[in-house]
Amino acid sequence: MKRTLMTVATLVFGAGMAGADAVAPADVVFADGSVAMSLTGVAGDPENGRKVMTTRGLGNCIACHEVTALSDFPFHGEVGPSLDGVASRWEEAELRGIVANAKIMFDGTMMPAFYKTSGYIRPGKGFTGKAATEEELEPLLGAQDIEDVVAYLMTLKDE
Amino acid sequence: MKRTTTLVSVLALAAWTAGPTLAGPDDHQLVINDEIQIITEAAAPAHMDGIDTIYSGWRFRADETQALELDDFENPGMIGVENAMAIWETVDGSEGKSCASCHESAESSMKGVRAVYPKWNEAAGEVRTLEMQINDCRTTRMGAEKWKWSGGDMVDMTALISSVSRGMPVNVAIDGPAQSTWEKGKEIYYTRFGQLELSCANCHEDNYGNMIRADHLSQGQINGFPSYRLKTAKLGSVHNRFKGCVRDTRAETFADGSPEFVALELYVASRGNGLSVEGPSVRN
Ligand code: HEC
Ligand code: HEC
Repeated sequence: MKRTLMTVATLVFGAGMAGADAVAPADVVFADGSVAMSLTGVAGDPENGRKVMTTRGLGNCIACHEVTALSDFPFHGEVGPSLDGVASRWEEAELRGIVANAKIMFDGTMMPAFYKTSGYIRPGKGFTGKAATEEELEPLLGAQDIEDVVAYLMTLKDE
Repeated sequence: MKRTTTLVSVLALAAWTAGPTLAGPDDHQLVINDEIQIITEAAAPAHMDGIDTIYSGWRFRADETQALELDDFENPGMIGVENAMAIWETVDGSEGKSCASCHESAESSMKGVRAVYPKWNEAAGEVRTLEMQINDCRTTRMGAEKWKWSGGDMVDMTALISSVSRGMPVNVAIDGPAQSTWEKGKEIYYTRFGQLELSCANCHEDNYGNMIRADHLSQGQINGFPSYRLKTAKLGSVHNRFKGCVRDTRAETFADGSPEFVALELYVASRGNGLSVEGPSVRN
């Protein structure tokens, strides 16, 4: 029952518009790289988080990270650390901060900021190579997608 | 700031490259047609401080891809060279001339040329790539139309000119009048473009040898250009490759032949000083 409710909410929030209740990218409050408050107030769905992490047009996290639990999906990158056991190393708030904007936790990191809309050099229109037309880009991931990824990461505990 | 970035990622890298996947270039040797020795590994030029040893991209490719470069009959890029040999002799434009009218045999007159381009041109007061020099010959000496930068005839011609220098060490000059262009190229190399905020150095200096999804990252050297890509089944120019890499950062790319890409080409070429000219190469 709870499951169904959550799924409905996910569909609503996940449909592109961040949702009226979502915290806008510019308003996210970081403390030492962590974000304590949920971006949407809706519990994350680890199933969708798994999809976001492995899909090229979405988070594509495995482009850079190896995750043993995702070994069904081919080709994991080696640019970032393995995410195995990541929830035993970081608190939920820290993981939310890292996924939303890893540059705050890790100065100068290569990991892209997934919940940020401005401050880029020659931003493009997606992968077209053409100039972006808006001042503020769509963030790489929506607020609920980030909550879902965090929920998935929280399942990656050391045995 | 840039320093910190590199340090942080190098430290982070050290933590997990100790694992089972010992990434990096392989130890294969490239000898083309059993006679042309290609230097695919050399000490980094003095101007580079992030890297000790430079490698041709060939050393990061799979065995089957590497094999296609061992013999000119297997190398699909050599079809471009053949096309260009015919164009070399073909008269075009108002002056009734072909390349051969001024330069005779490409084999002897063009030997060594690829190795020193991009190069400062005193009369024009600019750094010129091979494409710029070729188009200058076409327009001012032949009275012919310019070729498109990444068009078929142009890429084939650069393949021919490259092929006759294979085995010679890349040796582009970066001082004197070329220096300001080189500096500009260097700045571009370290700029984190696009929504993904990635620089050339992030992938090709900090992470060569690592996998990024299904791709084995090389140092992004251009000694092998033009390069035949199996994925597109075409010979591609240096600027075409730069465009693809910039586009992949979700950035607005620069145009073929733009001052930015000319500067970047000079800078990237200079990072390969000491490797052999290898084009036309084969990559995936
Ligand atoms: C382009 C490369 C890249 C992509 C894409 C990427 N990351 Fe990262 N990530 C890194 C790097 C590099 C680090 C190491 C931090 C540093 O630079 O010190 C990192 C660190 C992390 C950490 C901390 C890991 C630890 O054990 O300390 C987490 C968690 C993480 N990333 C999650 C994600 C998630 C989730 C996604 C996708 C939504 C993602 N990353 C996409 C490169 C990337
Ligand atoms: C997000 C990662 C990424 C970034 C950023 C990037 N590249 Fe690449 N580049 C690749 C991949 C993947 C390949 C194909 C595998 C290889 O050779 O590394 C490649 C290939 C190349 C090649 C072909 C090498 C060969 O041997 O044929 C060149 C040249 C190159 N890149 C130059 C650049 C330059 C210059 C920049 C910056 C303007 C740049 N790259 C930025 C990922 C990247």
